[in-house]
Amino acid sequence: MSRLNVELPGLNLKNPIMPASGCFGFGREYSQFYDLSVLGAIMIKATTVEPRFGNPTPRVAETDAGMLNAIGLQNPGLEKVIAKELPWLSQFDVPIIANVAGSLEEDYVAVASEISKAANVHALELNISCPNVKTGGIAFGTIPEVAKQLTRKVKEVSEVPVYVKLSPNVTNIVEMAKAVEEGGADGLTMINTIVGMRLDLKTGRPILANRTGGLSGPAIKPVAIRMIYEVSQAVSLPIIGMGGVQSAEDVVEYFYAGASAVAVGTANFVDPFVCPTIIEELPPILEKLGFEHISECKGRSWKQHEPFAHYRA
Amino acid sequence: MMQKEFCRIISQTEIAEDIFELSVKGELVSQINAPGQFVHIRVTDRWGPLLRRPISISSFNKATKQLTMIYRKEGQGTALLAKMVPGMELDILGPLGNGFPIEEVSSGETALLVGGGIGVPPLYELSKQLAAKGCNVIHVLGFQTKSTVFYEQEFLKNGETYVATVDGTYAAKGFVTDVVDRLRFDCIFACGPTPMLKALEQHYSDKKMFLSLEERMGCGIGACFACVCKKADDPLGVSYKKVCSDGPVFRAGEVVI
Repeated sequence: MSRLNVELPGLNLKNPIMPASGCFGFGREYSQFYDLSVLGAIMIKATTVEPRFGNPTPRVAETDAGMLNAIGLQNPGLEKVIAKELPWLSQFDVPIIANVAGSLEEDYVAVASEISKAANVHALELNISCPNVKTGGIAFGTIPEVAKQLTRKVKEVSEVPVYVKLSPNVTNIVEMAKAVEEGGADGLTMINTIVGMRLDLKTGRPILANRTGGLSGPAIKPVAIRMIYEVSQAVSLPIIGMGGVQSAEDVVEYFYAGASAVAVGTANFVDPFVCPTIIEELPPILEKLGFEHISECKGRSWKQHEPFAHYRA
Repeated sequence: MMQKEFCRIISQTEIAEDIFELSVKGELVSQINAPGQFVHIRVTDRWGPLLRRPISISSFNKATKQLTMIYRKEGQGTALLAKMVPGMELDILGPLGNGFPIEEVSSGETALLVGGGIGVPPLYELSKQLAAKGCNVIHVLGFQTKSTVFYEQEFLKNGETYVATVDGTYAAKGFVTDVVDRLRFDCIFACGPTPMLKALEQHYSDKKMFLSLEERMGCGIGACFACVCKKADDPLGVSYKKVCSDGPVFRAGEVVI
């Protein structure tokens, strides 16, 4: 019996591990390393109506235990994603979560209504939290009423469940989560990157051409854990957690916080095999901790539960 | 085909000030298909420094399964790398990218290889392969100062070699581009700082030319879109090339540098 299968709205996952959007392209590069069918799901790169080039370079800067990126939602546009990338991905036995981005409400609606028709797209991830685009993104992700309205509009046209990706760059993330829940979201994904900046020692100027970028990697994991801990107690939506996940232990920690599945982002750049490695290492860790199934870990940080009686060190 | 492999360090030597020559042995050497390809190295099994370091391959030998890299100790990552000693294992992803097309120069023709600083290393394997197929090879190598000059003797074995230092402490004073003006050649291969590549592209637009670009990278395999550049025939549009997986070597005029 599998210890790892997870059922979420629209998603029947053989395991709760998936690469995070923007860190895996459309899967082609990583398919050179392993069979993508081992993954629980794939969150594909953000798709906008029109093709986007994105920001000037430099687009990445390393930080302590993390990195800043300001790619700027570069993608080939809705038409190409539907005509080329999704059909290519259909050779794998893996559900796709399509990340939907835009500048205006109608952009999101246009992408959502089309991309949700693809057979292998089992859910949408509404990207209202990209810190690296000048218009759209941020306002949708920081004003509860705007986020709620957008969620409602996208829900009206989407043929699959809609998960909303929350930004950590807000004063009150619980308020945002509640707003999109009221807007009809089927789930949450969190957290997107944290806005940050690095300056060049020799010039005094920002290293990134975009000046600011989104911080990801192990450095942000405690922030994500805290936010999931808070949000999972305040709403009844399932959460796909992300932010600095690099090991099976991290996955368990995310479940303890209240997540129902976990996405792996930056770690793919460091170790292209990180997702299959985590999937392989999870069962023995659950065994060691005394769990029959990963779902037993969920929300342990705040739920009433028996002490860890049978920890096998 | 790229692969990820723990390769054993065979030797590591500081060959000039903060310039290290590192040789490793591994199966992935058999996958190298052109001079100018690179590898992506994880310098720690911890998560800081987080990202891999892209380092060009300066020479390789398929018979002994060894490859050699030359890098400059500069930041946290290369400082850690410089402390590693023979016998240790190094997590290497590679070979990555597309190298210099040696088939573009025929036997008897003259190839000019122009390198600046840490752009010099990938030209060494190229030089060896061009010389081996009977091409005349001329090298123009630029360095900041005398203490950072390396591989002059090695390049000399394959052909004429001119060295320039920015501060004039060794050989000619000035930039490599000052030296190139005096030479006659059929094709240019270059790797070095962007201003150097731009100058070559502008001055010798009538020549066949291949440039190896450098850009900050994330994944190194084409997935993260960190190292993109615009295509020259669509400078305002959305067309792009990825330095890591479409490059790092491009024909001059193919992309905006």
